[in-house]
Amino acid sequence: MFEIAKSLDEALSVITDGCMLVVPREVSGVPMEATRALIRRGIKNLHLVALPTSSLQADLLIGAGCVETLETSAVSLGEYGPAPRFTAAILNGTIRMKDATCPALHAALQAAEKGVPFMPLRGLIGSDVLKYRDDWKVIDSPFGDNDPIVLLPAIKPDVALFHAAMADRFGNVWIGRTRELSTMAHAAEKTVVTVERMHDGNLLDDPALAAGTLPGFYVDSIALAERGAWPLPLPDQYGADAAHLAEYAKLAATEDGFAQYLGKHVYAKQVA
Amino acid sequence: MTFRPEELLADQIARLIGGVRHVAVGNASPIPAAAALLARERGKGRPYVSLLGSPKNTFWTDGARELFDCAGQGRIDVFFLSGGQIDGHGNVNLVEIGDHDHPKLRFPGSFGSAYLYYVVPKVILFRTEHSRRTLVPQVDYISAPGASAPNVFRPGGPVALITNRCLFSFADGRFTLRSVHPGHTIDEVMEHTGFDFDKPAHVPETPAPSAETLTLLRQTVAPQLAELYPQFAKQVFGIELKAAQ
Repeated sequence: MFEIAKSLDEALSVITDGCMLVVPREVSGVPMEATRALIRRGIKNLHLVALPTSSLQADLLIGAGCVETLETSAVSLGEYGPAPRFTAAILNGTIRMKDATCPALHAALQAAEKGVPFMPLRGLIGSDVLKYRDDWKVIDSPFGDNDPIVLLPAIKPDVALFHAAMADRFGNVWIGRTRELSTMAHAAEKTVVTVERMHDGNLLDDPALAAGTLPGFYVDSIALAERGAWPLPLPDQYGADAAHLAEYAKLAATEDGFAQYLGKHVYAKQVA
Repeated sequence: MTFRPEELLADQIARLIGGVRHVAVGNASPIPAAAALLARERGKGRPYVSLLGSPKNTFWTDGARELFDCAGQGRIDVFFLSGGQIDGHGNVNLVEIGDHDHPKLRFPGSFGSAYLYYVVPKVILFRTEHSRRTLVPQVDYISAPGASAPNVFRPGGPVALITNRCLFSFADGRFTLRSVHPGHTIDEVMEHTGFDFDKPAHVPETPAPSAETLTLLRQTVAPQLAELYPQFAKQVFGIELKAAQ
């Protein structure tokens, strides 16, 4: 049942150690303030699904020791270079990596969204991405003649977590054209959202806004987090903080530097 | 007019794009993005250009999956892929170097390659570092294969590979040297390429971008590029984003 949380920590309480958590890609409303709160809480053993890629968020959670399994198609800081803590964790074997390809993650969440056990996808055959995924199967299409096709099991996360521009007191969340957030919420058992601001009135009353709105029916908890995607961008709201990301890339290159970053920007409660 | 290597590559890639309807550009691809925008300027608004991650340069309204669904429908004609390694069979590796259980190096990951390489008719490979480290006989990990068995659904695949030294075309499972960039030589290309390739008797020099192209790139394309690739736009074109968003 939907509620507006009294605090961010309260909203995040459904995200427990060991749960499967799905989060959006680096430009689609990454809940960074919530991510910092989860790290402060000391969350452990997450099965993190990044739809379909990630940047700072996955790197921070991995570096802070919160992730047991990572399922995604790529982690990098884009123009700021490789994701240092992700790279170190793979080389040191400290996380279990389920390498995917972008449309496979979209399709597997769509399977959960539709309530079907799997989704077929073109491509993949002959790749090592497929070779190392024991959970994906190749069948001969029952509608074709000698037409092999990959089947992906549905991904049904425990919780979907993302940041958006606004919500109303009915739990409706305006996501604009970032429709993958809707797929995440449909697929997950519970959905937690942080927002920049509350909207007066009902988002579903205005057809122009309703088309870009995730109905409160799917939302379990909402917390206010102004500039909650910082230092990552929020679509149509604000851009990335380039200087901060460059600073992160530099610091996170070493374990000591990363610890320094966490101390300054995560464990120190109030940040920009 | 003097030009930067990135401008030569963007001009060449724009020519490879040709007269198609829709070009899409993935993550971490500033030179292909510049090329796609250049092609759009030259074509007066066609082809459609979709730059992943740029709300201003995409028409998507169905979320991040629309790129892949659009490609699956056959509505994307050109896409670009790079790789930590690319081999002579057109296989690309975006994942790791060394043994899978104990890799020596890890790259970001396969992104959409394991799907788009199969379904987009013209995939242009680009790798600015042309060395025996990047252009290898056999990749350590196949993010996406250059070719598939005859019964695998595969309307797409590689058509060319462009590097900081030269341009190769790709057909029937092999690369062919098409031109060598100004200031580079065929011997140098042979020395720094780890895979076998075909070489015609005469290999021309890659033509320099025209003054008109350079003006378009610098005055019209570069400011559009700065939204998505601020570092690249600054380093290559000296363009800064005008206002903080």
